[in-house]
Amino acid sequence: MPNLKDLKNRIASVKSTRKITKAMQMVAAAKLRRAQEAAEASRPYTERFNAVMAGLAASVGGSDSAPKLLSGTGEDKVHLLVVMTAERGLCGGFNSNIAKKAKAHARDLLAQGKEVKILTVGKKGRDALRRDLGDHLVGHVDLSEVKKIGYGDAQKIAQDVLNRFDAGEFDVATIFYAKFVNVVMQTPTAQQIIPAKFDAEDGEDSGASTLFDYEPSEEAVLADLLPRGVATAIFSALLENGASEQGARMSAMDNATRNAGEMIDKLTIQYNRSRQAVITNELIEIISGAEAL
Amino acid sequence: MADTMQFDLVSPERRLASMQVTAVQIPGTEGDMTAMADHAPTITTLRPGLLRVEGPEGTSEYVVTGGFAEIGGQGGVSVLAERAVARADMTQEQMDSMVAEAHAVYARAKDNWENEPGPVDDAAKLLADMVAVGDHIGLSSKQPSL
Repeated sequence: MPNLKDLKNRIASVKSTRKITKAMQMVAAAKLRRAQEAAEASRPYTERFNAVMAGLAASVGGSDSAPKLLSGTGEDKVHLLVVMTAERGLCGGFNSNIAKKAKAHARDLLAQGKEVKILTVGKKGRDALRRDLGDHLVGHVDLSEVKKIGYGDAQKIAQDVLNRFDAGEFDVATIFYAKFVNVVMQTPTAQQIIPAKFDAEDGEDSGASTLFDYEPSEEAVLADLLPRGVATAIFSALLENGASEQGARMSAMDNATRNAGEMIDKLTIQYNRSRQAVITNELIEIISGAEAL
Repeated sequence: MADTMQFDLVSPERRLASMQVTAVQIPGTEGDMTAMADHAPTITTLRPGLLRVEGPEGTSEYVVTGGFAEIGGQGGVSVLAERAVARADMTQEQMDSMVAEAHAVYARAKDNWENEPGPVDDAAKLLADMVAVGDHIGLSSKQPSL
């Protein structure tokens, strides 16, 4: 049986851990609200954008002159995986879930004899993937200095991806991030961004059926919009990821706080029992000493 | 009272305006155009410029840096701007940073496409447009234009 002093120290240390996890939970809750607002605010843009793109892609996509970003390079050999994770840990399974999804995807591709290149966004993803797929890492984007994710950050990543595409480094690009479902649920998601795919179901029917005039021309508008589409997809993924990270951290810290509470209860009972045992022991000693006289 | 239509101005980060308006002057790549109610459905790309919105409650102006506008379609005008700032909120620093960015794009284009005039010309035009906007709203950049 551990002695009283050890138990007391143990309780004190668990108590201070509980304070820390509680504080982290509250910070995550506040940040989550802001992240959700940011994700909410970007939605009108993304929706309109995708609706227009879906219409455009449907009318131009079939022709041979369609831009490569839409129709692809005609090959399916080299895949670029853009893995977006958090810069920091202590958020439950958030980072490892995304990394796991990306790893499974990469293994599939490798098993099919394809070439895989990985671009990581966020430190944790790079750390998780370096061990198994270290040879495939081609780049890393550091966002640890960024407090609030802006469109500019997404644009920089998109520029990087597009430059690689123009240089013929890959044929297909897929982004990995966690979709925010609710505070306790974040689904790791893979989304193909090059060649671009637009869900026809998202674009409202009325928009698709209207015949638009295009200035300067259909092709020119499409060529102008496709790179923006990549940036937009990355931006909304980053925002989703931000909200997911905070949600995951919040529920992880909530669990930790609760566990610490349970542990304190258990330790306190143990402490009281052994204190009582010591007292009883002393009493017995005194009484038996008195009886012996 | 002229007919009004729905007007939305959204940037990736937020929705800047959503209101009923009578006319919108759009800085299209091919030139300015004014859209009023029942305009033929058109999609145009934007150049950096001034977006003028005339509504029943007066006129408001925004500086936009690029993106596209959808006219008609669902009965109104939607402008999806890469970056949009109300003219009154525009500061010299913001203007300078935008111009500096355009300079960087131009420099990059010159490096990357030495033998192809297309992208370099586009970048030069972007830069010139950016400077022109600055001059127009009285926030001329201190940097040389080219």
